Amino acid sequence: MLKDITLGQYYQTESVIHRLDPRVKLIGTIAYILSLFLINKIQGYIVAILFLALVIRLSKVPFKFMVKGMKAILFLLLLTVAFNLFLTPGEVLVQIWKLTITKEGLKLAVLMAVRLTFLIIGSSVMTLTTTPNHLTDGMEKLMKPLRKIRVPVHEIAMMMSIALRFIPILMEETDKIMKAQIARGADFESGNLIKKAKALIPLLVPLFISAFRRANDLAMAMEARCYRGGEYRTKMKPLLYQRADRISYLVILIYLILCFGLGR
Amino acid sequence: MGIVKAVQLAFEYIRRDEEGNVEGITRAIDGVNLEIEEGQFIAVLGHNGSGKSTLAKHINALLHPTEGTVYVEGMDVREADKVWEIRQRAGMVFQNPDNQIIGQVVEEDVGFGPENLGVETKTIWERVEESLRAVGMYEFRKHSPNKLSGGQKQRVSIAGVIAMHPKCIILDEPTAMLDPNGRKEVIRAAKALNQVEGITIILITHYMEEVIHADYVYVMDQGKVVMKGKPKEIFSRVEELRKLRLDVPQVTQLAHELRKEGLDIPEGILTKEELVEAVKKIK
Repeated sequence: MLKDITLGQYYQTESVIHRLDPRVKLIGTIAYILSLFLINKIQGYIVAILFLALVIRLSKVPFKFMVKGMKAILFLLLLTVAFNLFLTPGEVLVQIWKLTITKEGLKLAVLMAVRLTFLIIGSSVMTLTTTPNHLTDGMEKLMKPLRKIRVPVHEIAMMMSIALRFIPILMEETDKIMKAQIARGADFESGNLIKKAKALIPLLVPLFISAFRRANDLAMAMEARCYRGGEYRTKMKPLLYQRADRISYLVILIYLILCFGLGR
Repeated sequence: MGIVKAVQLAFEYIRRDEEGNVEGITRAIDGVNLEIEEGQFIAVLGHNGSGKSTLAKHINALLHPTEGTVYVEGMDVREADKVWEIRQRAGMVFQNPDNQIIGQVVEEDVGFGPENLGVETKTIWERVEESLRAVGMYEFRKHSPNKLSGGQKQRVSIAGVIAMHPKCIILDEPTAMLDPNGRKEVIRAAKALNQVEGITIILITHYMEEVIHADYVYVMDQGKVVMKGKPKEIFSRVEELRKLRLDVPQVTQLAHELRKEGLDIPEGILTKEELVEAVKKIK
């Protein structure tokens, strides 16, 4: 039952976007999100839409996967739209009972809806085309300057990749413990929410104990293989910019110029 | 001096209560002396709690001796600045295959050790390839470790150690969690490394069948080395082994029983073939 949960939403296929350096994708996504919130004219949004459409096309990921991400935030989206719609003061367009819709409110609500939709789809493109591992690598390299102010960048990245490695193992373990407890008469299915939550205790306690034991073993195994933090380490798969990456940076720059030139 | 030498080694686990007062002291290793020559295949036998794993962790400088010391290639494990060099020379493979694989892809895991040693990128790739070939896992280099069988995972772990170019590999009950097939795979890989690459192997185990091909066997009980010798010598002392709660291989057991019944069969028979030969000679 727990087997089909996958972490992240990486979509395996061969495309230009998939092969790009994760740093390019990270910076590109951040730039794109910033641009969405800084432009305010319709022309700007047309540029943003065209740019996104181009990237999606190049990524070869079916569009329905992009929209999947939307479901999760649908509620948030509706809430934001509603707040903007009803609570913005200004020229009154419609009034139903105590709720008023103003012209400014309508404009703001549409703007918010558009921004959020693009934001989600834009960042989905990144997570769909980059493996979590690759993404971690990219973040580590990008955040390297933060080491100067004592942010443990390497350690954070290492923790993330270990977590990713252990998720399937702990899933399997959860499944095993669950079956073992069901065999002894535990009931995870029936009852109200509180009862169900309580039923999880015999599942979580052994899982935590085992996770700590694993952590201990793994720490020892890492030490035995001479792991001593990031300082002397070299990389087996170092991130190096290729031609495609440089071109992509240029494309992002052109996009930003167009966006701000037309959209502000 | 041999590649690994233990001198009067002792280690105590100290149990403390919540306030940090000493509750009890367990002497896990108690005055162990041993010397291992380079290129040998050594087995350390003992039932659970005999101190064999604790001994293994000392050779890799993972534990600090309470008394005495261990020398690895002449380096004292008590010296803090030698720790990394010692760990590179004496690699270690642990019991649980899942808890020692760090990479999400086989080749990345094998590269983990060399990365830590600061080896150049190009050389890492060469080492990864040669190590995976040495344990016969090269075709699986792009696989996720989660999809491999137990025996395959342990072979990946061994490759991860080989990639660090050690002189000696300590295998701490590498087969305890595997099925019979996986056990065979791992032991075969260890033997090949010993014979082809000349790497010193220290195999810690409680399976007797894995010991019969070793050059030298140490038997441990309650933190002490209680028997040592060639496998043949050890296995001719069936009654003593039984007292230590260790089972001898079935063939040896059978030979021993037959001998007790008055048949003319020598002690210390280790393989089926030997027994067949011995039985044929009786007329």
